[in-house]
Amino acid sequence: MMRVILALAVLILGSTGGEIAITHGMKSTGEPARLRPLALLQFLGRAVRNGWFWTGVPLMALSFYALLILLSWEPISLVIPASALSYVVGTLGAKYILANV
Amino acid sequence: MKTLVMVLAMVVCANAGDLMLKRGMSQIGAVQLTASGLAQAFRLTVTNGTIWVGILFLTGFMLSYMTVLSWADYSYVMPAGAFGYALLTLLAVIFLHEPVSPRRWIGVALICVGVLLVGQTKPRTTAGGATA
Repeated sequence: MMRVILALAVLILGSTGGEIAITHGMKSTGEPARLRPLALLQFLGRAVRNGWFWTGVPLMALSFYALLILLSWEPISLVIPASALSYVVGTLGAKYILANV
Repeated sequence: MKTLVMVLAMVVCANAGDLMLKRGMSQIGAVQLTASGLAQAFRLTVTNGTIWVGILFLTGFMLSYMTVLSWADYSYVMPAGAFGYALLTLLAVIFLHEPVSPRRWIGVALICVGVLLVGQTKPRTTAGGATA
């Protein structure tokens, strides 16, 4: 049971931490100038040069790996609904870290 | 009509992706929490075709989700996500023959209600308090 809680914590904190880091990175990158292919490529280029982006991606990869490990242990009807806790953690993270309210 | 089709695609892709991941991990077996166990699990997951089909479906989900959000309200799309939890549990019973207790069904129902409530709140995306 303890290992399931641990993996669930990694899944939730990893995905929420990753989303917060990427959100922070994307906000500091700014919006694309235009919704044209060249402008979007330049926007993507700026995003991948942002350190927060590369903080978020490994966290989300870690979260995905925790999901796979959990799926190897527990029924999907438990794992996926339990992962909905990320709504709560994500809202708290947005409120207190990103100050999104 | 196009919104309904995209929301349907979103729900189908998300659920099919998760079911494929579960099937793939069942083929691999329970992951051992040791350095060698994790390394072996990583090797097996990246070479498992079912896992890659699951990732393909989840990519389809992300694309349809982003596409539908470009024209539809978040408060319209969000309930579909809530509905997905209930549908996935039902699919797990049908296709994976997972036993689901009444208590778990109640939990899933509560999650659906919670996500529906979140979807009804208006997001504030600027510091000034303007609603999106």
